[in-house]
Amino acid sequence: MQTPEQIKSLIEQNVPGAQIELVPNGSPGGPASILIDSDHALAATTFLRDAEELAFDFASNATGIDWPERVIKEKNKVKKMVDGVEKEVEEITEKKTPAFLETVYHLYSMSLSTGPLVLRLRTGDRGQNNHLPSLTPVWRSCEFQEREIFDLFGIVFDGHPDLRRILMWDGFKDHPMRKDYVEPDDYEYEPTPHDDVLEKAQRHYAQEATV
Amino acid sequence: MTDEIARKELEKQGVVITSMGELYNWGRKNSIWPLQFGLACCAIEMIAASMARFDIARFGAEVFRPSPRQADLMIVAGTVTKKMAPQVVRLYNQMPEPKYVIAMGACAISGGPFKQGYNVLKGIDRFIPVDIFIPGCPPRPEALLDALMALQKKIEGDTLRGANRPRHIRPDAPSEFPIPEFGEHDLVPDKNPALFHPAAVLLEK
Repeated sequence: MQTPEQIKSLIEQNVPGAQIELVPNGSPGGPASILIDSDHALAATTFLRDAEELAFDFASNATGIDWPERVIKEKNKVKKMVDGVEKEVEEITEKKTPAFLETVYHLYSMSLSTGPLVLRLRTGDRGQNNHLPSLTPVWRSCEFQEREIFDLFGIVFDGHPDLRRILMWDGFKDHPMRKDYVEPDDYEYEPTPHDDVLEKAQRHYAQEATV
Repeated sequence: MTDEIARKELEKQGVVITSMGELYNWGRKNSIWPLQFGLACCAIEMIAASMARFDIARFGAEVFRPSPRQADLMIVAGTVTKKMAPQVVRLYNQMPEPKYVIAMGACAISGGPFKQGYNVLKGIDRFIPVDIFIPGCPPRPEALLDALMALQKKIEGDTLRGANRPRHIRPDAPSEFPIPEFGEHDLVPDKNPALFHPAAVLLEK
């Protein structure tokens, strides 16, 4: 299989204007994943499927990730003058990353026996700009999995043939897999509470006592 | 006690004496027809219990009915999701009295391993009255048979008159229970306060 770098340049050659970014994998030997801008996602994925040398004909998995706003601390060694003497000082810089929702697709080629290629799409933010192009027209197997992502993360897939909730009921308002989801308080009976559950149960019993 | 001894003696002579209530309970306890439905992996054990190795037919409960109108016993076998809960309550309401419920497995009792999840009901006893609880994940078929025998004992002890008579011959006792509706964040209501009385739990501070 081509390396992600090769696939990136192949897409850039064949899909004009596509913004491709490689997202490194933290684990040793883990292949980088490919981040595609949502405007060119449909063209780029169609190319991935139809190009003879790639032939990614099977999307085995589609899932979502919720990235709230995070502060990343970076340690840098900086040479500084301290009391007239040059010293190496560790400086911590804080970087804020924007909040967004992400979908991850795992692609395989059945005909060439290659894969997986990890594909990412990102939304603008976690609020109104939560639209992404649906890849169901490219890989039919994405249909239910995109419905599940829509249900649990609240990403709206444009071009999906039947975008309805799949696990929760239609009138349900929340998206339970988001980090800021608040679950209903039904901790009336916790015989052996511990950790988080103990805190939630204590909060529930305290409320009950005041009512 | 002397009645009991006299009855045993008469039975040896070929004379059987019984009461209306005993005959009635004897008939009922040996033909408990369960409702045929399963919700998760516990249902596989329930099916195993009905097959030749465990053979629930020995207890007269092999007639799994596909219609709630013909069933006496609801075996809640498996995880009750919040999306499924109204349908389970509706099926229970459609069963004719006398009717009984066995909550089979950790999920049906309390939500089990999915208790902290967002889409699983924390025990079916929040909405319908449960007669027998079977712990296990899933319980063995023997455990289901044990529950059935416990239910038979319970039916045997029913009286036709008096303050302790069972629900189905008390006109003031409810036979149907409110079906929860889908709300924006949870089922509405999330439990039936008339039914669900959780035991007091002492929390360490």
